[in-house]
Amino acid sequence: MAIDQQSATPEPAPGAASRRIVRGFSTGGGFVLTLFLTFLGLLAITFFIGRVIPIDPVLAVVGDRATQEQYDVAKIAMGLDQPLWMQFISYVGNVFTGDLGMSVSTGRPVIEDLSRFFPATFEMATLGILIGCAIGIPLGVTAAARQGSWLDQAIRVVGLLGYSVPAFWLGLVGLALFYARLRWVGGPGRLDIFYDGLVEPVTGMILIDSLLRGEIDIFWNAVSHIILPAAVLGFFSLAYIARMTRSFMLDQLSQEFVTTARVKGVPERVVIWRHAFNPIRVPLITVIGLSYAGLLEGSVMIETVFSWPGIGNYLTTALLNADMNAVLGATLVIGAVFIVINKISDVLYRVLDPRAR
Amino acid sequence: MAAPLLTVENLRVSFPTHTGRVEVVKGLSFTLGRERLGIVGESGSGKSMTGRSILKLIRKPGEVTADMLEFDGVDILSQSEKQMRAIRGARISMVMQDPKFSLNPVMTVGEQIAEALVTHQKLPRRDVQARIIEMLHAVRINDPERVAKLYPHEVSGGMGQRIMIAMMLIPEPELLIADEPTSALDVSVQAQVLDIIDELVRNKGMGLILISHDLNLVSRYCDRILVMNGGRVVEECAAGQLENAQHPYTRGLLAAMPVINETRDELPVLDRTQWAGT
Amino acid sequence: MSTRDWLLADSPTSRLQANVGRAYRVFTALMRNPLSVLGGAIILVLLLTAAFAPWIAPYSAVGQDLANRLMPPSAAHWMGTDELGRDIFSRVVWGSQITLTIVLLVALISAPLGLLIGAIAGYFGGWVDRILMGFTDIFLSLPKLILALAFVAALGPGINNAIIAIAITSWPAYARIARAETLTIRNAEYIQAVQLAGGGPIRLIVQHVLPLCTSSMIIRVTLDMAGVILTAAGLGFIGLGAQPPLPEWGAMISRGRTFILDQWWVATMPGFAIIIVSLGFCFLGDGLRDVLDPKSEGKN
Repeated sequence: MAIDQQSATPEPAPGAASRRIVRGFSTGGGFVLTLFLTFLGLLAITFFIGRVIPIDPVLAVVGDRATQEQYDVAKIAMGLDQPLWMQFISYVGNVFTGDLGMSVSTGRPVIEDLSRFFPATFEMATLGILIGCAIGIPLGVTAAARQGSWLDQAIRVVGLLGYSVPAFWLGLVGLALFYARLRWVGGPGRLDIFYDGLVEPVTGMILIDSLLRGEIDIFWNAVSHIILPAAVLGFFSLAYIARMTRSFMLDQLSQEFVTTARVKGVPERVVIWRHAFNPIRVPLITVIGLSYAGLLEGSVMIETVFSWPGIGNYLTTALLNADMNAVLGATLVIGAVFIVINKISDVLYRVLDPRAR
Repeated sequence: MAAPLLTVENLRVSFPTHTGRVEVVKGLSFTLGRERLGIVGESGSGKSMTGRSILKLIRKPGEVTADMLEFDGVDILSQSEKQMRAIRGARISMVMQDPKFSLNPVMTVGEQIAEALVTHQKLPRRDVQARIIEMLHAVRINDPERVAKLYPHEVSGGMGQRIMIAMMLIPEPELLIADEPTSALDVSVQAQVLDIIDELVRNKGMGLILISHDLNLVSRYCDRILVMNGGRVVEECAAGQLENAQHPYTRGLLAAMPVINETRDELPVLDRTQWAGT
Repeated sequence: MSTRDWLLADSPTSRLQANVGRAYRVFTALMRNPLSVLGGAIILVLLLTAAFAPWIAPYSAVGQDLANRLMPPSAAHWMGTDELGRDIFSRVVWGSQITLTIVLLVALISAPLGLLIGAIAGYFGGWVDRILMGFTDIFLSLPKLILALAFVAALGPGINNAIIAIAITSWPAYARIARAETLTIRNAEYIQAVQLAGGGPIRLIVQHVLPLCTSSMIIRVTLDMAGVILTAAGLGFIGLGAQPPLPEWGAMISRGRTFILDQWWVATMPGFAIIIVSLGFCFLGDGLRDVLDPKSEGKN
């Protein structure tokens, strides 16, 4: 769900996983190659979904009231008279030149739509991951330091809740409670209606744009709107990050060098943060990267609930309108960001760990 | 002998298991002056747990009890965690088995040694640096300035253990516990490391508890020997008197020691039935 | 000899005794962990609810009663009624059948598929391994929910397509596990012994490799079930999964969305069902891992 919960659950030691991958590309060129191959795989999948599964993709575009003539024109225009592998090559070529086709529902090029919707998603997911780290890491460390205590159990249950609560449900309940009942936060959307469109987009991120323009009122209004969806997203990354942090920390705390530090008479706080936590900062980066990528995915559900004009919302709207170009374009962009974040956190691992240098 | 440095009476360490609490140390007693005491025993005989309970490092759910556990007049068991921190490192220190695991992999050697020192003494940075270099020299590291900047994975096992010794001795403790300090090292550097420990301990007049499974080695470097088996002391004697050992377990261990230029048809095996139930 | 002694015998005299004994040991170990007992109980309740839904549900899942629409929870309607006057509790009870079907079908499709692909890759190695695992890795590095969404979009909305889409996106993790397990046992001497005795690859994989992957597989599948439930509910929520009037929990939340501000129970109640069942699978999976895979004890 919000985070890629299935693959996240019992993640093998990210060290092992990333070392396996790192060995695959010991050179920068190799890195670009794996990235390229993975991306090609993504394209193959979206191509397969878009052109092969639908019984008649032409019909999907022209609609069933089109004449045979219109149908044939569309078929040739879409290049569907070509053999499949030719179609794939031209598809790849189009994607690399930024041509993702036209969206049927908005009537604009998909790539244009996506660049307009992306900043909103980016803004929310980034705030979400910040919340997740700020709370999740201390929770995980505390749970590990007090393994077996009631606090540890409580944190464990919170962690498992992160795998069991539907993100869209949590969003709805949050809206009902904090917006409708308590009036603590703003409702759906990025701004109250009368502030809408007052800030000229620069980065597309309202928090930043409003500050750039010095519009403090708008900034606080935007904060009141973004805080709930970001917190819901944050909860899921928090659960995952806390769980992984705890598991890494337990691993470290059972190491001999932690005993060494205790033998030296180092205070427990220093033992935990300097000796046990420092070595896990690097694997944690991989975890945070994975979790961040997962949030981009999770935002699909959250944006639907909060009417947040981001890529997820764009995707679900397109899904319901059977607007395949838009669906595949959004899938491609989210997939690509996902892949890039994954790979970057793998590389960071190698750069930051003194043992791997 | 003056007042002993360490008095241990009826020390018991136990851990819970599915089938109830299991004692791994069952009523151990000994006293230690400023001398070198060897504790010998096989794996699981409780010797390492003894070392760790002196530093009060056995964590829950493990449990330590003793009629008396006194270090230089201080009752260890009644010390708070904070009071213990003032003792650990500064007054009692411990060298552990494998420098590959006992050194922090993401801190440089110099940082780790410095930490041992500044935890107990506030010193200006330059003095700390000088003390580290001096200490590294003392453990026979030739280019201490370079070594201090290395990470543990960049040094050999023998060098790692010497770094460990430097780190543990830099606050000048009165008692050093060496828990299998050479078992993880190549045979060629074992003697060198033990010689260093021996020299430093003698020069500073410290007490030493050398924990090992190697009877030969312990008898060479210690004044007195305790032989442990199954959580109990089965033999206590001066190092020189080892040949006169009475207990069948010790005799068995002695018989198992290889002698150069000897051929045996069959390697001796410990016959555990002789002392079973003691 | 008592039954217990027979079960716990150190040297079982038959294969049956060994298997039953092992199952008993796993069971007793699980019983010691309160959370996994809770998890097991939740799954049991789910199974019973699904099996006996017609007797448990006080009302029909689809019968409308417009006079009693949007009633808050009461003695007559424990979880209230929805916008068509249907009893939400009854719908949640009937919905358990749908959830169980989804979970079972996804597990039955994706686990054997992943197992087979992983075992083949690990057993044959070489270019077979490289191609299969390259494929697996690409799938693994893509966002699962988005892929499932795209698949459903192409296949068309509906519960069957949702199941297919989820299964398509969940096999790669199993393939990785099966491959890793296969690699560790591929060169074991007893495998060579079977080879010497003339056992072909099919026989080896099916009879000797696959059984050894089962315990790690069971753990993983159990843990994944929570994710499957959430993905299915998510598809239902967006409107691509089970279609109304099916009482699928995600779709029910979606219907209740409109009333969330005033009639909170319509959307909230099915959510609790999802959370409880998912938590049940998590607890049980966690417990199973602690028992079956002691290596990772204390982790996660």
